[in-house]
Amino acid sequence: MTDTTADAHFFEHGGDAHGHHHDADHKPAFFARWFMSTNHKDIGTLYLIFAITAGIIGGAISGMMRLELEHPGIQYLTGWAHMWGQPAGNDAALHLWNVLITAHGLIMVFFMVMPAMIGGFGNWFVPIMIGAPDMAFPRMNNVSFWLIIPAFLLLLGSTFVPGGTGNGAGTGWTVYAPLSTSGSAGPAVDMAILALHLAGASSILGAVNFITTIFNMRAPGMTLHKMPLFVWSVLVTAFLLLLALPVLAAAITMLLTDRNFGTTFFDASGGGDPILYQHLFWFFGHPEVYIMILPGFGMISHIIATFSKKPVFGYLGMAYAMVAIGVVGFVVWAHHMYTTGLDVNTKMYFTAATMVIAVPTGIKIFSWIATMWGGSITFKTPMMWAIGFIFMFTVGGVTGVVLSNGGIDNYYQDTYYVVAHFHYVLSLGAVFSLFAGFYYWFPKMSGKMYSELFGHLHFWGFFIGVNVLFFPMHFLGRQGMPRRYPDYPDAFGYWNHIATIGYMIMAASMVIFFANILYAFIAGKKAPANPWGEGATTLEWTLPSPPPYHQFETLPVIEGGDHH
Amino acid sequence: MKSLKSLGFAAALAAMTLGGASFAQGPAATPATASPTATATTPDSGQAPATATAAPTAAPAPAAAEPTATAAPAASKVPEFNKPEPGIGQPTEAISLQPQVTDIGLFAQKFDTALIWVISVISLFVLGLLAWVAVRYNRRANPTPSRTSHNTIIEIVWTVAPVLILLCIAVPSIKLLARQYSTPKADLTVKVIGHQWYWSYQYPDNGDFEVVSNILTDAQDKAKGEPRQLGVDARMVVPVNSVIKIITTSDDVIHSFAVPAFWTKMDAVPGRLNETWFKVNRTGLYYGQCSELCGARHGYMPIAVDVVTKEQFAQWVAANGGTMPGAAKSKSSDATANSPISNPSATTANPEPGAGASTTATENSTAAATPASQSATN
Repeated sequence: MTDTTADAHFFEHGGDAHGHHHDADHKPAFFARWFMSTNHKDIGTLYLIFAITAGIIGGAISGMMRLELEHPGIQYLTGWAHMWGQPAGNDAALHLWNVLITAHGLIMVFFMVMPAMIGGFGNWFVPIMIGAPDMAFPRMNNVSFWLIIPAFLLLLGSTFVPGGTGNGAGTGWTVYAPLSTSGSAGPAVDMAILALHLAGASSILGAVNFITTIFNMRAPGMTLHKMPLFVWSVLVTAFLLLLALPVLAAAITMLLTDRNFGTTFFDASGGGDPILYQHLFWFFGHPEVYIMILPGFGMISHIIATFSKKPVFGYLGMAYAMVAIGVVGFVVWAHHMYTTGLDVNTKMYFTAATMVIAVPTGIKIFSWIATMWGGSITFKTPMMWAIGFIFMFTVGGVTGVVLSNGGIDNYYQDTYYVVAHFHYVLSLGAVFSLFAGFYYWFPKMSGKMYSELFGHLHFWGFFIGVNVLFFPMHFLGRQGMPRRYPDYPDAFGYWNHIATIGYMIMAASMVIFFANILYAFIAGKKAPANPWGEGATTLEWTLPSPPPYHQFETLPVIEGGDHH
Repeated sequence: MKSLKSLGFAAALAAMTLGGASFAQGPAATPATASPTATATTPDSGQAPATATAAPTAAPAPAAAEPTATAAPAASKVPEFNKPEPGIGQPTEAISLQPQVTDIGLFAQKFDTALIWVISVISLFVLGLLAWVAVRYNRRANPTPSRTSHNTIIEIVWTVAPVLILLCIAVPSIKLLARQYSTPKADLTVKVIGHQWYWSYQYPDNGDFEVVSNILTDAQDKAKGEPRQLGVDARMVVPVNSVIKIITTSDDVIHSFAVPAFWTKMDAVPGRLNETWFKVNRTGLYYGQCSELCGARHGYMPIAVDVVTKEQFAQWVAANGGTMPGAAKSKSSDATANSPISNPSATTANPEPGAGASTTATENSTAAATPASQSATN
């Protein structure tokens, strides 16, 4: 696809050297295969392994935070700070807390959800679903992946160098100036910013790749309106990435120059404005939350349709609801800034605009239910996660409607109510869709069946755990508990204790998850091409499990008026 | 910055040794009178709190002179009026909002309650639909799936219905915003300044004295009967049933001034003056906490607002060496105007570094009239 004439020549000569390159299943040797990969499935696998690794780290950090928050007072931070080689003193211990919240947020957003959704499942299944042999730019695909590794190492490394009152970047994932500029001396914040730069460049390259692939490499007969909804979701996501990430790059570059080269973009004493940073950040940051959830929407549509044995209800409405969410998502950013001193008209506008997003989201929720309506539902593990997703995302969505009200937000801004809200849409929304997609496609990717029993146990453990973990946070927020506090008035102790118990339930369920993967690889049954039956109609189920190293060397032809 | 940090750090260490074994919370050493030239608003200097001789940590029993004493206002004990009330102005284990004590808060609370009903009904509706399809359309109950994938009418319904619901939400929402932003004529202006990591409150209408408010240690909270993490050594005091205009700013990073019981939250941004207001309906002690991540001790700079009668407020102002606006101009021998101030814009000096440690004077006594002039120094 991408071969220029010169490349074609290269392959002719190279082909002489090892003669088998027509074989679809000819795989390069280990190092070349995994470190110099241009194969979308291998890169997808690398992304998934990376995301799971980052997820374990980010999840462990949240475990540390829940442990510290279990009881009022500071129990662990001082000891951890000592173990971590932080400077002595209370401020360094408290700084460690800020490092933990920062790392948890950045890791989960940039190094877990995004790589898993777009890099992992997007890479694996977008080319297959549109009937393409690979991504449009296979080598750029490899660059995308290998940029995210140093990005992650930079972020982890930043915790070992000074960042103001202690080691590491303690600015929150939002990196607000001036806390991130004059408020954080030392190289830690610079390293974190560079980590974001690299992760952002990686995502932009990935976005370019997806857009090109989807627009140019669809199989004959696959019009845009016949494209599977997961491909639609990745297409919309790629546009959001392409438009939003450069704004983030600009904002954090200005942070860098404010920090190191004496500029004053965000420093009032030099004519700058700290609030400008927040506008720029959230102009990126709000589309970012849709970047994290839209591919999940796509996966859920497939899974609901598959296990209901019905085509998706209202396909066009579903596709254009995602487009609408993407478009409106760019004009609501200041609802993250209701207490920064916006004027009344601005606040009224952002209140109204934010509420509008509930409409396309509602269309999606009801269309999923309508897809199940009249279906013949089997409750396999992916379907459990998908149904859980619909309900939990609804709960997270309606608290979003509460928070959209600028006047109400004066109370809830920066409280645990907000924490509860965004964990319901992310930890119970995006992550549920990730697990749904993982169980759905695991047989396809690995060629092995996982244990349904373990899958169900994992689901119920996780479902109960995260609800016990995050639902009480609504109560804490309603009583006014602020975010990002390592210690709190004793009255908040009760629900914090409950939340920590929820974390433990969730963590225990994750043991089942990993046991299940292990089981599948060791003793799992061999997966057929289509383990899910007649409802699974997209192209990946026409290939063997796992698919050949190169698929669709002869392009499939999409016929008829049916679409997924 | 370096020097500030090391000083603050030293203060924290000192506080730890003073405060015993408990985890030291914030700079318990209260900065005493800063040099009158220090405006304490330059983002980078941050010197004001550090120049102080380490004053005793808000010992609750300084030599108590009568607040009405005329000669030496600074020697007088700054009174605290209201005691903490469980369940009001501070968090509980309840799942409700904190009880609201402003009209705006009461209005918003009603709106919030209505929203809870709306979102609960929607969530339960979705849950009910999911339960229904799980029961009615599982494989055993419905072996042959339908092929329906379109129904224009129902798609229009589930687009229009949410729009109507949102319109019903938007009306009170816009009304609430309009009310929050229509500030009545202010009876009192308080300038709230966030610092790493304490609050200070300037009273430009009352001779522009400043109250520096630091967190208490756990032991001090216990001794005074205040909730842990919320008690401060010097409260912000305002009169009841009065319109209080709040001007927030910061001298280092962004903080956020929040009092849940007032439905009030306003970021304190360096280089900006943000304005909000509240009018509290009942006397009492209301706590809040900094609500924007501001560094290591973000969780250790609580807000305590003592809402008192007007007489008590005058008494408190006098104890801080300030003046009441009406009284100051005409007569200075009045019991409440205990400083020789004839011109409200003159600087009130409160040079006593000892017992009344929580008050300082600043030069910017004209801040009320020209807040913008102060912002220029930010």
